[in-house]
Amino acid sequence: MKRAFSRQQKTTIVFGILALVLMTVVLQLWLLTATMNAFLAGQERVVIPAAIASIVCFALNLGLLSYIYRMERPRF
Amino acid sequence: MTTTPTQPTRTTPDQLSIPPDGRPYHDQPQWRNDFPIDWPQDEFVARRDFTKFLVLTSFAFAVGQLWIVFENFRRKRKGQLPVMRIARAEAIPIGGSLVFGYPEAHDTCIVVRTGGQQYFAYNQKCTHLSCAVVPDLAHGRFLCPCHNGSFELRTGIPIAGPPRRPLERILLEIRDGDLYAIGREVRA
Repeated sequence: MKRAFSRQQKTTIVFGILALVLMTVVLQLWLLTATMNAFLAGQERVVIPAAIASIVCFALNLGLLSYIYRMERPRF
Repeated sequence: MTTTPTQPTRTTPDQLSIPPDGRPYHDQPQWRNDFPIDWPQDEFVARRDFTKFLVLTSFAFAVGQLWIVFENFRRKRKGQLPVMRIARAEAIPIGGSLVFGYPEAHDTCIVVRTGGQQYFAYNQKCTHLSCAVVPDLAHGRFLCPCHNGSFELRTGIPIAGPPRRPLERILLEIRDGDLYAIGREVRA
């Protein structure tokens, strides 16, 4: 049986996840501004790949958040 | 006979404070877990909630990205822009300008006549923050009064201020003395 994380361990994990999510969100912000700039300049090729990349980033963030909530659930 | 009250016990070594009913934290109402008394637990909850907020932001960015895809699709569907008569070519004096809507009435554009048969037309929206640009023929430029952005009159290329992209050029044609808008050129 897996041992539950201690409170200190959980805080360390949530700090790590927070740092990852923050970096991904900054990446998404850059992606959005760059895509908007390209779209307004008539460059259409980047639009769909950038949207896919942004959705992947969001899915990753959602997965990390769900891990935090799963980690909090009591184990019996 | 005296009875000794049962002392609540800690269910985990991490638990610093004990809820009044003595039951473990996972049996407590949700609010007690969301608003903890202990500092370490509060730190955890604060970070968790901040992460949740960031994931919401991430969702908003992904939606924004999909909105660009949608707008791109709409732009493609429009296809070839219509040919539209602007005015009689001679109606615009040399050094004068005329504002018109192209391709829709709300897409404000401006045509400037610099010489005999020299006409230059652009979308009037500044590529910085969409303020309306005004012609400044004395200096051969379009000026955006909001942030002092300047565009070259003959090419629409930004030459000063915050804009980085050129103005959208409107393609013109003169047919039987009438000035027509025949398309739009979006440039990087």
